[in-house]
Amino acid sequence: MSEFLLSRRTLLKSAAAGVVAAPFAGPLERAAAAGLTIGIIYVGPRDDFGWNQAHAVAAVELKKVPGVTVVEEENVPETIAVQKTMESMIKLDGAKLIFATSFGYFDPHMIEMAKKYPDVEFRHAIGLWQKDKHPMNAGSYYAYLHQAHYVDGIAAGLSTKTNKLGFIAAKPISSVLQNINSFTMGVKKVNPAATVQVIFTGDWALPVREAEAANALADAGCDVVTCHVDSPKVVVETAEKRGIMCCGHNASQASLAPKGFITGAEYKWATIYKNFAELLTKGQKLPNFERGGYDKDYVQNTAFGAAASEAARKAATAAIADLKANKPYVAGELKDNKGAVVVPAGKVVDNYDVFLETTNYLVEGVVGSIN
Amino acid sequence: MTAESATPVRGRTSDPEAARIRLLTAIEAVIVPVGAVALAAALFSVFLLTLGKSPATFFELLWRGGFGTAFSWQNTLIRTAPLIFTALCVAIPARLGLMVIGGEGALVIGGFAAAVVALPVMGVLPAWIVTPLMFVAAALAGAVWIGFVGWLRHVRAVNETIASLLMFYIAVAILNFFVEGPLRSPADPNKPSTTPLDPGLMVGSIPGMDVHWGLVVGVVVAILAHLLMSRTTFGFAARVTGGNVRAARAQGLPVGRLMVAACALAGATAGVAGYFEVAAVLGKANASLIAGYGFTGILVSFLARHNPLAIPPVAVLFGGLAAAGGLIQRRMGLPDASVQVLQGLIFLIILVSETIYGRVPFLTAEKRR
Repeated sequence: MSEFLLSRRTLLKSAAAGVVAAPFAGPLERAAAAGLTIGIIYVGPRDDFGWNQAHAVAAVELKKVPGVTVVEEENVPETIAVQKTMESMIKLDGAKLIFATSFGYFDPHMIEMAKKYPDVEFRHAIGLWQKDKHPMNAGSYYAYLHQAHYVDGIAAGLSTKTNKLGFIAAKPISSVLQNINSFTMGVKKVNPAATVQVIFTGDWALPVREAEAANALADAGCDVVTCHVDSPKVVVETAEKRGIMCCGHNASQASLAPKGFITGAEYKWATIYKNFAELLTKGQKLPNFERGGYDKDYVQNTAFGAAASEAARKAATAAIADLKANKPYVAGELKDNKGAVVVPAGKVVDNYDVFLETTNYLVEGVVGSIN
Repeated sequence: MTAESATPVRGRTSDPEAARIRLLTAIEAVIVPVGAVALAAALFSVFLLTLGKSPATFFELLWRGGFGTAFSWQNTLIRTAPLIFTALCVAIPARLGLMVIGGEGALVIGGFAAAVVALPVMGVLPAWIVTPLMFVAAALAGAVWIGFVGWLRHVRAVNETIASLLMFYIAVAILNFFVEGPLRSPADPNKPSTTPLDPGLMVGSIPGMDVHWGLVVGVVVAILAHLLMSRTTFGFAARVTGGNVRAARAQGLPVGRLMVAACALAGATAGVAGYFEVAAVLGKANASLIAGYGFTGILVSFLARHNPLAIPPVAVLFGGLAAAGGLIQRRMGLPDASVQVLQGLIFLIILVSETIYGRVPFLTAEKRR
């Protein structure tokens, strides 16, 4: 016993010596890299098969740009911690551009830091930057993933046999509702008889409830399911196990459903990140409110899977071509699923209309409610 | 095997023998946890070596990111305040032998209550009325939340550990229901939140620092908790209950009421943590309140051996770990989980080290002399 303690003490002594010596080991500030340093902050793990991974994949692409150094931090909560992470990236790593990728980072955290560090550019994924309200060195960028969900809907609408499709969604917030609606609009366009049943799980990552929801939808006769949750892995795997078809979300899940995969909606953040890096390197001003979809190569659809029929592939490919040409797909008369008109007859909603980003309704054809 | 049980004489006495033993006990209470942390660091170094990373770099970054510069210190201290409160939420009931681990729920409910109580009166009443109102609402909500856990334990013998943990999920559900439903502000379509507080209701920073007043309040509350536990009859009765419930009952102590009161006090501290998150950081109540402070507080309290006075320094240590975590990720390419591995090791070894008390050879020999 005493021998063990003795040897332990020796061990402790050397460890303590190391800790004491550490302060004298060298300067904290890293010699500022000659090029541009960009900080990217994630709210979850970088390998989540979903939202965070989509950004991390883009970070890998960004690192390949000459002269660009990327510093990343994962699992940063939406508290004062993220403010300190930003400050640390600025002060210690010399970051000149910060990408904050979670909803809750925007207000107040990113806004506060943008006020405190006017020489640094801050950009937030999805946030709604407003010129009269927010600092000019802050901004938001967003990719219209709903366009890819619309393409999903077209392919799914032509693949379903039961005319019942399912959508598993996290929270009834604007960006989620938009995806449910555009998926449904795609389905209804090619298959007016079909309906989309929506289930809200209540939070971004609830794997057990997501699996239950997928099973419930399969039991209810749905033969295609898709989702908007942080990581679609569970939904896609459950659908495959139940022998029904599925569409993906956020990143590619094609490998998880070799039989039932149709296509999926994927972000292509790398395009935005590389553009921003290039602009800053050239000394140009970054846009404060950057939006785009297929027309700017900000989103894409996963390569068709085994379950996509010939008709589905053809119609989806045609829809993609239209979106690439920036043709609008939302037009009146559009009703919500309670019968109220949201887009009057004759009106066409431009793809860049901010109206789409303030969605607070479910369109006709969706079975389910927000409240 | 607590520090107290090794002390034959308590209270003020001039007996040099008793003073010597008290000193030895105090030394023991410091070297055992410090040794445990050091052992955890050594084991973690082995873990790093197997990953092919340098432990020297790791601990250097840990030091520099947490404590090495003025910026690091502020980064550390700003994370310390909520940990002091949530650790007290564990420490106070622990003195009665109750293991409450649901402080996170009280924090969430406290923060939510603070934001809600401000909604109808902000802009109507002056800030010097609304601010105390928010503070009291948060403390009360937290007190009711964990007090209920104590009450369940007293009247229905429901295990307080499980009850408080499960009530955390209820707290999250309540918050989400209101924030995404009736109390949702239309200002932010993508992050459901309550209406933002007036800027005048926000808690400012300690002059000359980037750290809000929550830190000072936290230290004061820790000192008050210490005085309550060591200098009052309530504290004495609580410690007797913690030592032996049946003996306490036999002595006629109101064990049930003590349990409920201690839990309510504990919940109030966690509720105040919620107040500061809302009024000093977020400016509104939303799901960002659920940040894990309540669960890290459990580790802090254990490492402080449920001693309120030891909680602030230990909370600083954990605040430093969190502050340095980012730098370690960025400079060493380690996943965030690596710092959690270190925290987990510290926690496990602290638990094991409880068995060392009274067995440290040179101290034990000294005492017997």
